[in-house]
Amino acid sequence: MKLKYFAWVRERIGKSEETVEPPPSVQTIEELIGWLAARGETYAHAFETPRVIRAAIDHAHVKQDTAIAGAREIAFFPPMTGG
Amino acid sequence: MTANVTIRIQQSDFDVAQEIAALTEGRSDVGAVVSFTGICRGSEDGAAIAALTLEHYPGMAEAEITRHAETAMSRWELSGIRVIHRVGRITPGENIVLVVTGSKHRHAAFEAAEFLMDYLKANAPFWKRVDGADGTDWIEARDHDETAARRWTKS
Repeated sequence: MKLKYFAWVRERIGKSEETVEPPPSVQTIEELIGWLAARGETYAHAFETPRVIRAAIDHAHVKQDTAIAGAREIAFFPPMTGG
Repeated sequence: MTANVTIRIQQSDFDVAQEIAALTEGRSDVGAVVSFTGICRGSEDGAAIAALTLEHYPGMAEAEITRHAETAMSRWELSGIRVIHRVGRITPGENIVLVVTGSKHRHAAFEAAEFLMDYLKANAPFWKRVDGADGTDWIEARDHDETAARRWTKS
């Protein structure tokens, strides 16, 4: 699946997108955040406070207990500050 | 009423008068137009800023604004909606965002414009970074923006 990162999540990880294949045990957004956080220092820094991270699956906002099965694109970003 | 919905995300500035005219031109069923313009301030939390840089999630930003525009069209009797959100570097005094709503009567136009702005601030995937004297920093989301969006879910 394709992952996209925005704002300070993107800056901390050091890339705006990548393709990953998490193991089958990773089934929800929350578990994906935990799996990503364990990938290295930059990821651990980006996901150090999981409750503030917002997520979207295929361009729609989702809660962290949402299943990731079938997702083509998952995005992680901080709370939005547009307008 | 024929709906006239336009949503644009762009780097360039917009002309408020031209956008308002686009909602009323050639029709005589529009009795009220409300426009809201969000403008870049020269300071953030008391500190002077040089500029804001707006980042967005292409594809999702358009989808979210369209979804909220559709909700507004179904909730109020509107003749049209125009939403323009700028991205990239914006300096103090420059326009950031525009919401224009047209209707037969003022209440629908006022309420729909406020609804769209409240939802856009809390749910549309845009992020502001401040370019200040001490480097750059991301603006933090304010709780009252989410509270403002939530009040529209009470019926």
